[in-house]
Amino acid sequence: MILEQILNGVMLGMVYALIAVGYSLVFGILKLLNMAHGAIYAFGAHMAFLAVSMHFGLPAALIFSATVTGILSACMDSVILAPLRAKNAPNITCLISVMGVSYIIQNLMMILFGSTKKNFPKLFDFGNVTIFGVTLTSAQIAMFLIALLFLMMLTLVVNYTKAGLAMRAVRENTRAANLMGIDVRRIVTVTFFLSGVCAAVGGVLVSGYYQMVYSTMGTEAGLKGFSAAVLGGIGVLHGSVIGGIVIGVAEALAVTYLGGSFRSSTAYIVLFLVLLIRPSGIFGRHDVDKV
Amino acid sequence: MAVKMLEIRELSASYGSIQALKGISLEVFKGEIVTLIGSNGAGKSTTLGSIIGIVPSCGGSIVFEGSDITKLKPSDITKLGIAASPEGREVFGGLSVQDNLKIGAYTRKDKREIADSFEEVYRLFPRLRERKKQAAGTLSGGEQQMLAIGRAMMSRPRLLLLDEPSMGLSPNLVDMVFELIVRIREGGTTILLIEQNANMALQIADRGYVLETGRVILSDSANRLQTNDMVRKAYLGSGKTG
Repeated sequence: MILEQILNGVMLGMVYALIAVGYSLVFGILKLLNMAHGAIYAFGAHMAFLAVSMHFGLPAALIFSATVTGILSACMDSVILAPLRAKNAPNITCLISVMGVSYIIQNLMMILFGSTKKNFPKLFDFGNVTIFGVTLTSAQIAMFLIALLFLMMLTLVVNYTKAGLAMRAVRENTRAANLMGIDVRRIVTVTFFLSGVCAAVGGVLVSGYYQMVYSTMGTEAGLKGFSAAVLGGIGVLHGSVIGGIVIGVAEALAVTYLGGSFRSSTAYIVLFLVLLIRPSGIFGRHDVDKV
Repeated sequence: MAVKMLEIRELSASYGSIQALKGISLEVFKGEIVTLIGSNGAGKSTTLGSIIGIVPSCGGSIVFEGSDITKLKPSDITKLGIAASPEGREVFGGLSVQDNLKIGAYTRKDKREIADSFEEVYRLFPRLRERKKQAAGTLSGGEQQMLAIGRAMMSRPRLLLLDEPSMGLSPNLVDMVFELIVRIREGGTTILLIEQNANMALQIADRGYVLETGRVILSDSANRLQTNDMVRKAYLGSGKTG
């Protein structure tokens, strides 16, 4: 049934949206593709795995993971990217640096947690829920609601707080923001923290959904989140949300009607088609064109 | 008794290998309008950038109300009471007029007084009140200039730096902007005005400095600069603005 597949897609798509928003936050401010985002996502999942294996409950594990991962992401900026920016390094230098960080994080997880797939507990198992004749698992609904909750919180922070206003100002014009007395460096740190939180929450939710974690899990999810961000118009937050949902739904429909092996490729076919019509993405702005 | 507000001593600054300022000295007294005139590349904007802290200086000192601000960050300088309306206005185009003004007050914490400042700026620029929900990028050039000045006023500066406020505006609007500058000074704000339109600038200024290739070559009262032969020839000649 098509409605059921669409809803399945929306549930998972909301998590892609969260990952995509993480890319968009950083891209919006630095015009940098954070290639370490996928690894940071996997790191988040492993932090939750660590907390769970130490008998934290899942909610506590989620908060622990979001905090630690946010700090890791902010540290990556302070230790590696901020000094590069201070030396006016070209964007491509920052890009290769974050790619390097991505492998360092992935390797570190392999060393600490091993390279096998490990079991992760199911998210909030209350059995199935039937809405309008469509049956969804409680894990799916929990995943959707938690992702939605974090996206809403993020929207509130960006649009209604002073830090959010400063973030938007830096995104618009870094020079002028500096001139107004905004501590641009601190705002960038905050942005990386929030981006790390998005990645971690996404990682925990997907791990709970598939009930496993492994060190290279960030590669595919990272790419998918990135596609969702580009599809919606990278740097535009609501665009990333829509992009995530489109990719999630495309994937779910492909699995049902074309078979499981079409799963990933369909998402990218949709991406190409959309970009052919709107090269800057659905909500993209034309002035965003740096690497 | 004139109170010295800003004192710049032997300031030098460079961009890479190009030395933009070669030891500039100038002072601004409380309540004055002081103008820096000079052609493109003379170092006017660099001077402004050094005062506000976005251009690092490599020698000399800047003292504001008795404290040395030469090495301070822009955020600290703004808190001390200096604000700038930069060349080319640089408003936050995607943000509303209201948000632009809010960012101007970013370094302030007093909510009620910030609300007062909004009122003051809207009284000064009624056009901005009419368009407060509109994205700044959709405003006309004149309105964007008002917004840039209003945004600087939101930090409640005692010293306001204005970089080329008349640039790209029609003659009517230029007159209006200059009238507003005089009104802002009447409200108690000291003004350092950078202008290529030396004619207009000298009409409203008390004193002026003439810059050439990173040096002050002349400083005098605005009246005397207006009648100075060299200034007339180089900067006021046949009513041209350059």
